Amino acid sequence: MTRKQRRLTLIGVAGCVLAVALGLVLYAMNDTIVFFNSPADIQAKSVQPGTRIRLGGLVKEGTVQRGGDQQITFEVMDAQASIRVNYKGLLPDLFREGQGIVAEGMLESPSVFRADTVLAKHDENYMPREVADTLKKQGHWQGEANAAPKTQ
Amino acid sequence: MLVEAGHFALALALGLSLIQFVVPLWGARANDPVLMAVAPTSALAVLGCLAFSFLALTFAYVSSDFSVLNVLQNSHSAKPLIYKISGVWGNHEGSMLLWVLILALFGGVVAVSRNTIPMRLQANTLAVQAAVTIAFLLFILTTSNPFTRVVPAPAEGQDLNPLLQDPGLAIHPPLLYIGYVGFSISFAFACAALIDGRIDAVWARIVRPWTLGAWAFLTLGIAMGSYWAYYELGWGGWWFWDPVENASLMPWLAGTALMHSTVVMEKRDALKVWTILLAILTFSLSLLGTFLVRSGVLTSVHSFAVDPERGTFILGILILFIGGSLALFAWRAPMLRQGGLFAPVSREGALVLNNLFLATACATVFIGTLYPLALEVLTGEKISVGAPFFNFTFLPLIVPLLLLLPLGQTLAWKRGNFLGTAQRLYAVFGLSLVATVAMFAFTYDGPVAAPIGVGLGVYLILGSLNEIVTRSWSKGNSLAVAWRKASGLPRSAWGTSIAHAGVGLTVIGIAATAWGVEGLGTLKTGERLKAGAYEARLERVVPRVEANYREDAATLTIFRNGQELGTVDSMKRLYVTRGMPTTEAGIMTVGLGQVYASLGEIQPDGSVGVMLYHKPLVLLIWLGSVVMAAGGALSLTDRRLRIGAPVRAKVGPAAPVPAE
Repeated sequence: MTRKQRRLTLIGVAGCVLAVALGLVLYAMNDTIVFFNSPADIQAKSVQPGTRIRLGGLVKEGTVQRGGDQQITFEVMDAQASIRVNYKGLLPDLFREGQGIVAEGMLESPSVFRADTVLAKHDENYMPREVADTLKKQGHWQGEANAAPKTQ
Repeated sequence: MLVEAGHFALALALGLSLIQFVVPLWGARANDPVLMAVAPTSALAVLGCLAFSFLALTFAYVSSDFSVLNVLQNSHSAKPLIYKISGVWGNHEGSMLLWVLILALFGGVVAVSRNTIPMRLQANTLAVQAAVTIAFLLFILTTSNPFTRVVPAPAEGQDLNPLLQDPGLAIHPPLLYIGYVGFSISFAFACAALIDGRIDAVWARIVRPWTLGAWAFLTLGIAMGSYWAYYELGWGGWWFWDPVENASLMPWLAGTALMHSTVVMEKRDALKVWTILLAILTFSLSLLGTFLVRSGVLTSVHSFAVDPERGTFILGILILFIGGSLALFAWRAPMLRQGGLFAPVSREGALVLNNLFLATACATVFIGTLYPLALEVLTGEKISVGAPFFNFTFLPLIVPLLLLLPLGQTLAWKRGNFLGTAQRLYAVFGLSLVATVAMFAFTYDGPVAAPIGVGLGVYLILGSLNEIVTRSWSKGNSLAVAWRKASGLPRSAWGTSIAHAGVGLTVIGIAATAWGVEGLGTLKTGERLKAGAYEARLERVVPRVEANYREDAATLTIFRNGQELGTVDSMKRLYVTRGMPTTEAGIMTVGLGQVYASLGEIQPDGSVGVMLYHKPLVLLIWLGSVVMAAGGALSLTDRRLRIGAPVRAKVGPAAPVPAE
């Protein structure tokens, strides 16, 4: 084999692997990516039931109900809308009423969401970034005043 | 006073780094040995200054000097001593100081190994190293000064984030940083070679131990971080494809590729341009990782502060070094002489494939990590790219690599015979197939992926040991002769086999996660919860008070098939100073698997939410990584690398073949 042929073999093999990888990435981009929505987004964009999404918002005060076997129901709200969330599992340490959370799962109907993961990150001042942005947009942001003691 | 001295030492180190950058570069250009000799001296001086500075900060932590803002924010007088020390790097400013210290440490080691490195290469390398040091020292001094004072000094500190108060944190960042920053040496060597315009097998032999060492530390650092997340976060997972984890995985993948391509360059004088590019890319990914973690682009435990000024600064460093080195590459790489030839089916060919798969896998991780950020900046749309994406793109690229691994390791250099090589592996194929089938038979109603994964792991282990066996044992020889031959094999051969077997162990551990079972329930005292063959009985919930936290500890008795194994304690803690709750999982190791109990809320009536997992063979995931790193370390002790390699001449024109 000449140097040129060798180079062509190499380029051919590399091209194949890259093409496969590109195909996988593009396919996965369509299929596995999860969009973030607030309760208002779900109404506004009329997200189809059965879609997998990340839902973010505040846990509405007084809505947390604990059933048997760690079955939990609560409402997640933003300034305009709220949605009921069913979840079975352990809640994160920082899950509280009035706290910002992100839940990942399936939209069952326009007003009911079944979560398989609930995140409330690891900081007492922490507000999930997406939730903070949404609240800022809707003009309901008060987080910074409370977070101030943690000076930089 | 000591704090101010530490601050001053930091500024002094900046000045010395400037000297280390300018003078040797000039010296190498003018071929002046006196000027080049400035490099090692100034590198050692920089190291001294930074070590002093770091010790000064450590002293402020140990003595709980709350007049220092950094100590005030991240320490507390009631904190145990080990967390006072590890708290030094448990925050943004301190961890950047550790970063630069390790950078200088590597520079110092290059400086003292003057017998093994040609003078001009050493001078250029240290100059490039100094450029990186300057950038990061400027970053620390202007945006993240750890020595800022507070007046008046408060009496008590705000405590360290409780999640970081863990022995895991004491070791995870230093290991990770030694790995990350270690690649700066490969980078500096690559840039030096480009500046000098010459590169050959001797260069590869000099660079290889550095890459190998950095890789071994990065492997340990990632494994440590993964285990820490597993037991501390209480979710029972060991890898979340979190951007911060990906930030360390990318340099690891590129570094693994680099380590293998350097072998080709050392043995066969081929793949020069690619190796140089890979060295640049690996460190660029380390820098990118630092940027992702430190700039606060991603909100997670790891970004201790969100400050746009810092983000912009690191982004600037990123663009400067990646752009600069790639420009240097584009300008000088065409001057590098083409290297040795090899047939597509050969050890070199196999290593090229290894590089191809690793680089592509790294690229998919890169896309998955940065695409959401790019999309949000461009369109405002928020998406999350999680495990499904990576499983779908990363695994199909890694599995063929693993399948080819034993074959590649067995192929001959220069021109190999595929069928002949496959024949040498017949026994390995057979045994792995038997193992897979046996696993299927044992777990006939279990998940399909697990036995296949275990089979793959067995294949990797046997395949890499096969290499040692066939090299030392032949028909008719006694075992004693075989043993003598085996122990006479170069340590790098042993290191390779052991590291590859480590990959196999990790693969088995990962595959076995599919057999994991879990149970969820609300328990009152005396009640039981089942997860597969395992059961937990809640004995009691007791409140306790410790120095810096109080907790409710639940004691659970663990049973397997009704037989008592012992008890574990799982806790709900509240760290008083920060008012922050955490969950401490109760973990019992059974063989290589673990029973893992995590607590939920404790209800007013005393019942507790409990999540119980049984994770068979889970320890193999991390043990395999430790074995990989051990293989790397063993390879480092190889005679060839330990003794000054046969460098043809110390300095100058008589040395390696010049580039055209």
